[in-house]
Amino acid sequence: MRASATERPGFVWVAPALLFFGLFGLGPVAVVAYLSFTSWSGIGSPEWTGLDNWSALAGDAQVGGGLRITLTLTALCWVTQTPLALAFGVWAAGHQRVRAVVSAVFFLPLLLSTAAIALVWKALLDPSFGVPAQVRDAFGLTHSNVLGSSSLALYAIVFILLWQFLPFHMLLYQAAARQVPQSLYEAAELDGASGPQRFLRITVPQLRHTVIASSVLMVVGSMTYFETVLLLTNGGPGNATRILPLHMYNQGFAAFQMGYASAIAVLLVVLGAGLSLIVVRVTGYSRMTSQREGM
Amino acid sequence: MSRTHRTRVIGSTSLALSLLLATGCGTSGPGSGETMQVWALEDAAVNEIVEQGIEAHNGSHETPAELVTFVNDAYKQRLQVALGSPNAPDVFFNWGGGNLAQYTSQGRVHDLTRTMEDNPGFRDSFLPSVLDVAAVDGSYYGVPLLGVQPVVMYYNRDVLDGAGLEPPRTIDDLYEAIDVLREEGVTPITLPGAQGWTQLMWFSYLVDRVGGPDVFQAISDGEEGAWEHPAVLEAMEMCQDLVERGAFGNNFSSIDYDNGSASALLATGESAMFLMGSWDLAQQMENNPEFVESGALGFTSFPALEGGAGEPGAIVGNPSNYFSVNSDSEHTEAAVDFLVETMASDEYVDELIAAGQVPAVEGIEDRLQESDHAEFATFTHELVSEAPTFTQSWDQALAPDAAEAMLTNLQLLFLGDLTPEEFAQDMESLR
Repeated sequence: MRASATERPGFVWVAPALLFFGLFGLGPVAVVAYLSFTSWSGIGSPEWTGLDNWSALAGDAQVGGGLRITLTLTALCWVTQTPLALAFGVWAAGHQRVRAVVSAVFFLPLLLSTAAIALVWKALLDPSFGVPAQVRDAFGLTHSNVLGSSSLALYAIVFILLWQFLPFHMLLYQAAARQVPQSLYEAAELDGASGPQRFLRITVPQLRHTVIASSVLMVVGSMTYFETVLLLTNGGPGNATRILPLHMYNQGFAAFQMGYASAIAVLLVVLGAGLSLIVVRVTGYSRMTSQREGM
Repeated sequence: MSRTHRTRVIGSTSLALSLLLATGCGTSGPGSGETMQVWALEDAAVNEIVEQGIEAHNGSHETPAELVTFVNDAYKQRLQVALGSPNAPDVFFNWGGGNLAQYTSQGRVHDLTRTMEDNPGFRDSFLPSVLDVAAVDGSYYGVPLLGVQPVVMYYNRDVLDGAGLEPPRTIDDLYEAIDVLREEGVTPITLPGAQGWTQLMWFSYLVDRVGGPDVFQAISDGEEGAWEHPAVLEAMEMCQDLVERGAFGNNFSSIDYDNGSASALLATGESAMFLMGSWDLAQQMENNPEFVESGALGFTSFPALEGGAGEPGAIVGNPSNYFSVNSDSEHTEAAVDFLVETMASDEYVDELIAAGQVPAVEGIEDRLQESDHAEFATFTHELVSEAPTFTQSWDQALAPDAAEAMLTNLQLLFLGDLTPEEFAQDMESLR
């Protein structure tokens, strides 16, 4: 038997993870794929209806609209969270005590459950008794409508998601920034590179894999994730924040059309997997090349 | 021990562990035990009353009953899933109408018609208009469990007096009051429009006033073109007209009912009127007791429409909530006995009245007179017993998928993002 120190662990090591993934990941996806060809209210047995759900899906205006809102939300979240998380993360990577204290405060939202965050913000944004009412009275505005405004509600959600998820991504960047070898900075300093130059030419390229990992998490997360929207606006006002996962949930658990909801779910799985594959391919992450060749 | 061997041991141990974890998740169903499960919504005041009924039942019967409660929003999903599984309850709370019909069409509900025929005294003790809501295709499937809950117009007496107004008797009065109140700088009507069902109250009352109860009957029967009835379109236009007149203020689309802010707006006098179910009195008593005790909280029926086909006494709301028996239950007989012995008993009805409810029971005027909130209780009981029709809340009466689409479209209608014609066409296309 060959047992060198570099030998990779065998199948047995993967088995528990594979079992869990099969049981709670692949299994449900397969069942949902089957249900998407049936009509089922949740009671009784599913009835095979062939492609009915899929043709309904193509004609459902809320699927197109929901997809647009989902993609808008994903893009806005990425655009707001990535630069801020990168900047704060690199800043927090310094070893000064003040940075540690400020970061600790900043990480607080990480400790709160999503539901608690959504309910707190909903109370804060209440049009009659929340912050918008104070702002209205202070500036003599005519209304204090935030979550009920078709134009503002989505941005309010983007802001709340930013507040909630920034610390997590910041943590990723902080850890990664601490891994950048000090010798690179020392060499650059000897060559007379300025602070911004060092940030742009050393820190950012060195964090490339972290940017990709964090982006994949954001993209895939925003495809499947909906509880903040459910609790804050439930897709309202009207359809202004009805993201696709919420439409799926409402079709499944409010309208009790499990078959149709499953079709939407399959669409979401395909979209989420597709988008993350694209991110990984386009960025060259899949080649797993080192950022520090020759170091 | 070689490295490879050790990995195998660790690997197989974790495999065994994960198998244990995975299989440990399943629990045996409550319905299969020796006790009878009664499922209801969480409601401190009412749960206690049902609990007392259960205790009385358990004292004299072999199969003990047990009450299990759930929060409102999660309950429908929980029940839907449970009724399809071995974990189903024996007796379950429901809303009657389309909600109940969902379960009867799957053969999940025990037919109580025989029981009603064998116990005419029990059957006749309930208000027929309320009992009928739990009848599907001429058979009874449910027994009223709570008080009647019509939708009524609450108002802040101080605010109306301050503006020199009387509570509106007709829609024209209402329009006039809206203009006067807006000049006074008061929001005429609170509308928690973050939730579509509050807008439904306005819409369904207006449809009834314009076209009478048959208009909704046709919709609920699934008749072709029922959504395009002129009365439906006119009621939708009236809703949009109310929004444009500023009846609901600028912020209605973000006001929420569940967090109590809508009721608070009426109590603090920021708004003058509030169309809501009779259950809101309990909310006001809990959160704004001074407002109720000072006598400033007034209530009246929905305004009449001159020239409309609907009768001014017709009402909309939740006739009651119901207990039904699961047809797959091992304890069907015990469950039926429990309902017959408890739900119309003097003790149960008295407790309901003491909790501020108005039971759906005949001949209780005297007892209501003696209750703590006699004025409101008597008003509600009269309203319901004299009503020519009691239309169930549309979102409960319709099938869940139609109800879901309707509530979303109502929000769009009130926002002005959807015309009445588009609304009607969309609902027609759902069949």
